[in-house]
Amino acid sequence: MAKIRHPKDFAAGLMFVAFGVAAIAIGSGYPLGVAARMGPGYFPRILGIMLIVLGAVLLLRALRLKGERITLESPRPLLIVIGSVVLFGLTAPTLGLVIASILLIVASSAASTEFRWKEALVSGVVLAALSVAGFIWGLGLQFSVWPTFLGRG
Amino acid sequence: MDLVSNLALGFGVAVSPINLLYALIGCLLGTLIGVLPGIGPVATIAMLLPITYGVPPVSALIMLAGIYYGAQYGGSTTSILVNLPGEASSAVTCLDGYQMARKGRAGAALCIAALGSFFAGCVGTLLLAAFALPMTELALKFGPAEYFSLMVLGMIGAVVLAHGSLLRAIAMIVLGLLFGIVGTDVNSGMARFSFGVPELTDGIGTAQIAVGVFGFAEILMSLTKKENRDILQQKLTSLMPNREEIRRSIPAVIRGTTIGSLLGILPGGGALLASFAAYGLEKKVSKRPKEFGKGAVEGVAGPESANNAAAQTSFIPLLTLGIPPNAVMALMVGAMTIHNIQPGPQVMTSNPGLFWGLIVSMWIGNLRLVVLNLPLIGMWVKLLTVPYRLLYPAILLFCAIGVYSLSNSTVDVYITALFGFMGYIFAKLECEPAPLLLGFVLGPLLEENLRRAMLLSRGDPTVFFTRPISLTMLLLAGFLLLLIVAPQFRKTREEAFVESEG
Repeated sequence: MAKIRHPKDFAAGLMFVAFGVAAIAIGSGYPLGVAARMGPGYFPRILGIMLIVLGAVLLLRALRLKGERITLESPRPLLIVIGSVVLFGLTAPTLGLVIASILLIVASSAASTEFRWKEALVSGVVLAALSVAGFIWGLGLQFSVWPTFLGRG
Repeated sequence: MDLVSNLALGFGVAVSPINLLYALIGCLLGTLIGVLPGIGPVATIAMLLPITYGVPPVSALIMLAGIYYGAQYGGSTTSILVNLPGEASSAVTCLDGYQMARKGRAGAALCIAALGSFFAGCVGTLLLAAFALPMTELALKFGPAEYFSLMVLGMIGAVVLAHGSLLRAIAMIVLGLLFGIVGTDVNSGMARFSFGVPELTDGIGTAQIAVGVFGFAEILMSLTKKENRDILQQKLTSLMPNREEIRRSIPAVIRGTTIGSLLGILPGGGALLASFAAYGLEKKVSKRPKEFGKGAVEGVAGPESANNAAAQTSFIPLLTLGIPPNAVMALMVGAMTIHNIQPGPQVMTSNPGLFWGLIVSMWIGNLRLVVLNLPLIGMWVKLLTVPYRLLYPAILLFCAIGVYSLSNSTVDVYITALFGFMGYIFAKLECEPAPLLLGFVLGPLLEENLRRAMLLSRGDPTVFFTRPISLTMLLLAGFLLLLIVAPQFRKTREEAFVESEG
């Protein structure tokens, strides 16, 4: 077994191969057609093959070239930032824009090492007010502003 | 129709109060995000894409364009005063701009950057107007085979001229193409890669992918690295450059404008590459290369003119051929598609008011940026004191609301979050996201033209090599690829981008 000397190349290669394999596997049910009359499966198949080839070259290169290690810091900011956006998606339709906005601001602020509860809350309230003013009154977007179970729009 | 009457038509559109207002909003927003490090024009335009839905198309495009060239002005302010690139394309300006500021010449540096940008913006706009007609005529001769080859050339050019690993960039383009064809296939009506999610049968939106991969990923990367901001606390006494500085700047501005205009048109070019190239050029032609990095005024004048010229001329391939040369222009395609405008040569004939109005608005916008920016510098600097821990949640919120407002669907929000996650992985593995976006926008077009060309040739792939225009473009693409494998060119390419880090 050869040694992986370039972890970033190796991981990137794996990723591209995985996308290529997935494209071909998921697209295996799409009719291919012929070159003169390409079906919906033709072009994705070409792309899938290209991804596998390019990824494979990266994998092979990772055995020969030398490169830095992948630096892994704490996954905390990643999880918090992505999570707070998902939280917004979960809460916006039912709890309304105001509460969803405050939740997003407070939750995502926690990703910073300098997080302070009070500051995050104040900024959440201010930004929620600004969003209502800008998006609902200014641009006329059709969102529920308050929780729907309170019976208001 | 001649140029003068076209420009008159454009003028009429551009000076209508509503369009003047949107141009102003665009310029101010652009300057704002240009000044602030950690958020770039790609993320901002992506964030605003959904919101432009309710705005008339001309006004929407005018505003989005204003963000792009406004950011070029704003970026220089941060570079000069804080020694931090507010915008990637202003990174080289830090080298000499900040040194000038330390010598008490901050005002002069800002003034030269603004005036140089204005000159470059004017030339770029004129070039855009002049090139529009002949390029459009050429484009109308294109069949599917030519379009296919043109797109291949465009994508190859984009990866060769961009920085980073070539292999990764090509793979990112292919991945982008794959994301681009998610949704219902126009020919067969079959839903591809939609995983049974109804929202995905219309395809992934440009806004979702761009906000995720650029916006969220930028925030995540900024959160993990620490930066300190040293704002120069001196008072800006005089904005006037002295005679010596003016004398040295004028040729640099002209050279910067020339190289920027050229690189803007090329695929993969745009503001970033232009500023790096201009700095390299100034250093080469200067009689005093030793002064560079110690406050040489040419090092500010050249790159700042170049990035603005390129920001303007990169609209040429978009508006005439319908092919976006860089990530920002790819988003402009998205903006046009939202309004049911198919970018390409037909825009000029079917929608002349939009076409010329946009061009003239850029000139007016540039004028306004000079007038507005110099007096407002104090305010922009104040903004820099807002800590990032307050800023990024706000950016995140506007991204989320913007995406949600697309079709009041939370699925769009989740898709964006997913792309944010992917963007973080891409960044960790040093895979540049710009080619992905380019591929994403071109995906459906590339497939459509490939299909049509092959249908017309009855399945004979040699059609791409027997038609002269198509062959020329493929040869050019091949030549570019060969070029990058050549060691000499490779070295220069790496140097061009390393320069700023030194």
